[in-house]
Amino acid sequence: MMLHWLPINISTYGHKIDHVILVIYLIVGIWFLLAEGILGYFIIRYHRSKGQPAIFQPGTSLRSLMWVLIPAALVLAFDIGIEVVQGPIWEEIKMNLPEKPDQTIRIRGRQFVWEITHPGPDGRLDTADDIKTFNQLTIPVHQKIVFELQAEDVIHSLWIPNLRLKQDAVPGRTIRGWFETMQTGTYPIACAELCGSGHGTMQGQLHVMDFADYQKWLAEQTPSGEGATSGTP
Amino acid sequence: MALRKYIFSVDHKIVGMQYLCTGLVMAFVGGYLAYVFRHQLAWPNEPVPLFGMVGPDQYNASVTMHGTIMVFWVAMPILLSGFGNYLLPLMIGAPDMAFPRLNMMSFWTFFLSTLLLMSSFLVPGGAASGGWTSYPPLAASPGLSGVEWGGHLWILAVALEFASMLMGGINFLTTTLTMRAPGMTLFRMPILVWMLNIASLVFMFSVGPLIAGAFMLLADRLFQTGFFLPQSGGDPLLFQHLFWFFGHPEVYVLLFPALGIIAEVMTVFARKPFFGYRPLIYASLIASVLSFLVWAHHQFISGMDPRLAAPFSITTIIISVPFAVAIFSYIATLWGGSIELKTPMIFALGMLAEFLVGGVTGIFNGSAAADIYLHDTYFVVAHFHYTLFPVTFLAGFAGIYFWYPKWFGRLMNETWGKIHAVLTIISFNVTFLPLFAIGLVGHQRRIFDPSLFDYLQPFQHLHVISTWGFIILFLSQIIFVVNFIASLCYGPIATRNPWSAATLEWLAPSPPGHGNFEEPPVVHRGPYDYSLPGLTGKDWKNQTEAV
Repeated sequence: MMLHWLPINISTYGHKIDHVILVIYLIVGIWFLLAEGILGYFIIRYHRSKGQPAIFQPGTSLRSLMWVLIPAALVLAFDIGIEVVQGPIWEEIKMNLPEKPDQTIRIRGRQFVWEITHPGPDGRLDTADDIKTFNQLTIPVHQKIVFELQAEDVIHSLWIPNLRLKQDAVPGRTIRGWFETMQTGTYPIACAELCGSGHGTMQGQLHVMDFADYQKWLAEQTPSGEGATSGTP
Repeated sequence: MALRKYIFSVDHKIVGMQYLCTGLVMAFVGGYLAYVFRHQLAWPNEPVPLFGMVGPDQYNASVTMHGTIMVFWVAMPILLSGFGNYLLPLMIGAPDMAFPRLNMMSFWTFFLSTLLLMSSFLVPGGAASGGWTSYPPLAASPGLSGVEWGGHLWILAVALEFASMLMGGINFLTTTLTMRAPGMTLFRMPILVWMLNIASLVFMFSVGPLIAGAFMLLADRLFQTGFFLPQSGGDPLLFQHLFWFFGHPEVYVLLFPALGIIAEVMTVFARKPFFGYRPLIYASLIASVLSFLVWAHHQFISGMDPRLAAPFSITTIIISVPFAVAIFSYIATLWGGSIELKTPMIFALGMLAEFLVGGVTGIFNGSAAADIYLHDTYFVVAHFHYTLFPVTFLAGFAGIYFWYPKWFGRLMNETWGKIHAVLTIISFNVTFLPLFAIGLVGHQRRIFDPSLFDYLQPFQHLHVISTWGFIILFLSQIIFVVNFIASLCYGPIATRNPWSAATLEWLAPSPPGHGNFEEPPVVHRGPYDYSLPGLTGKDWKNQTEAV
C-alpha cells in the first residue's frame, strides 16, 4: 500500500491531498497492472518456442486500431476524472486564502535559516510586539494561519510534511498561503529547494499548542521591537 | 591517413561512433558521481572509497554534474547523435549526411563542450553546484553558491553542446527531406527515422529560449546584469519558465529516439509489422506539439500565479493520450508474434515495462494538488529515473546490441549479453523502487546527510538498499564493456543481415564502406514486411524487394 508511507497529517486540508494520491494510485495502479500483465502474457503466449508462425497484423484497419484507440480514450476519461478530483483541492489550498485569518505570520528564508515573525499579543505584524525567531514556528491549534513567505537571497521552499504544505519562497516576491492545524505537537520544517551548501542543514520545528499553552508561550517571549531577534539560529 | 579517416572524419558513421563512444565514456563519469553521492546518502559521514569524505559542497556539485552529464552528455549524444548519425543515412538509403562537414563540426563542437565541462572539476571552487536546472539567484550569484568558474564553464559548455546538437538537427532534417532513396516515401521510412526527425524538430524549436536564458544567466554572473535578480528588477521565475519551456520538450527529445530504437528491435524479434505505424507517427507529432504547452507543470509550487495550475494540468492530461496510443501500439505489436528473446529484445521489452512505471508515476506529479506534497521529494527522483533510465540505457543497450554487427561486422556475445540485461534491469529496480517510498515519507531532494533529520532516520535502510542496488548496477556494466571490446576481435563474424531484418541498413556490408551501399537502393515497400501471408523460405521482404 502506498499511503502508509505518508507521515501523519495534522492539517485540515492534508487528508484531501492524501485522498488525491489514493485516487490516482488506484486508477493508475489498475492500468499499470493491466498493461504489464498483457505485456507479460504476450511475451509468454507468443514466444517462439510455442512454434506458431507470426500473423501479419499491421494494424491498418480502423477495426483493429480500436484495440489501441478505445483504451486510449479510456485513459483520457480517467485523466479527466483525476482532474475533476484534484482541481478543486488545489484551488482550496493554494488559491482561496481565508478572508479573516486568525493570525498572519511572516516566514523569510535566507541561507540557511527560516526567520519567522509572529504577530505577538496584538495579533498584527509590523508592530513593536512582534516576536521574531529562527527556525521555530509556534502557533495555536485549530486556527486559520495565513503566512507571508519571502526569501532574502536565493529560492528556498517551505516544507512541512505533516501539514502537506510546500511552497517555494522567491526573492523579490511575497507569496501568501494558509493552513489550519488539527492536533498539537512538534513537527519538522525543512527546505525543499536546493539553496546552497547549507541546504541540507536547513531545518526547524513547528510547535502546535493549545490556546492556553500558546498564551503562556506568548507571555514568555520578549518582543523584538525593530530589528531585534530572539531564539537561536 | 588514419587521422583523417578515424579522427577528423566527415563520414556519418565515424561521427556517429564518435558521439556514441563519447556518450558511453561520459556515462561512466556520471555513474561515478552517482556512486559518490549514493554512498554518502547510505552511509553519511563515512569516507567514500575511491573518493574520500563528501562535504555538502562536493555533494551538491556531484548531484548537479551527474544530472547535467547524464541528460546532455550521455542521453543526447547516444540516442540522438550516436544512433542518428550512424543509422539515419543508412536507413533512408543515402550515402552520407547532407552536410558532412557540418556534421564533423557538430561533433568537434560537442567534444569541445565536453572538455569545457570536465575542466570545471579542476578550477578553484569546483564544478557547478546549483542543480542541473541551475535556478537563479543561486546559480546567478557566485557569492551565494561559492562557485565562480565552475558555474561559468557549466553555462558555456551547455550552450556549446546545444549549438552542436543544432547543427546535428539541421543535418538530420535536411538529409531526410532531400536524400531519401528512390521510392522511400515519408511513410515508408522506418519509425526510428521519423522519431529522430521529430526529436530534432522539438529540440530546435525549444532550445532557443534556453540558450537565451543561459546567456542572461552568464551575464548576471559576470556583469551583475540582473536579468534574474530581484534587487536589480529581474525575476528568478523567468529563468524557470525559459528552462522548462526547453526542459520538458527535452524529455521527448530523448524519448522519441528511444521509442524508435525499440520499434525497430521489437518488430524484428516478434516478426511482426508495427501495429499502427501511421497512428504512432501522428500521435508522436501531436505529442511533440503539445510538449510545448506543458512546461509549467514543473513549477506548480514555484510561486507562479496559482491560477496557471489548471491550464497546465489540463495540457499535461491531454498529452498522456498520444503516449497512451504509442504504448498500446507497442504492446499490440507483440500480439500474435513469434517472439525471440535475444539480448536486444530483452532490453527493448525492459524499456517498455520500466518506462510504464515512469509514465504512470508522472500522473501523481502532473496533478497539481498531489504535487504540493510530492514535488522536490525523492518520489520525483524515482519517477524521472524510471523515465530517463529506460529511455537512455535500456533502449540504448537494445540499440547497441542490435546494430553492433552492422557497425563492426561481428556479433556481441549473446550469453553475456543476456546476463548483462537481466542484472541491469533487476539492479535498476532495486536502486529506484525504494526511492518512491522514501519520497512519500517526505524526504526532500538534494540534502547531503539525511541522518540530520529525525523524521528520516527510521527510513535510512531504504537508502542503503538503493545504494547496494546502484553498486550492482554500476558493476554490471563491466560485463558490457568487456563484451563490447572483446567482441570487436573475438565475436562471431556477422553476415549483412544477422537478424533477418527488412530495413535498408541490413543490405549494406557489415560494416558499410564509405558511401554505404554498393548500388543505390530503390525502395518498393514499407519497413516492416514481416510474416507476409504466402511467403515461403524467408518470412520477410526487404524494402527493396518488388511488390
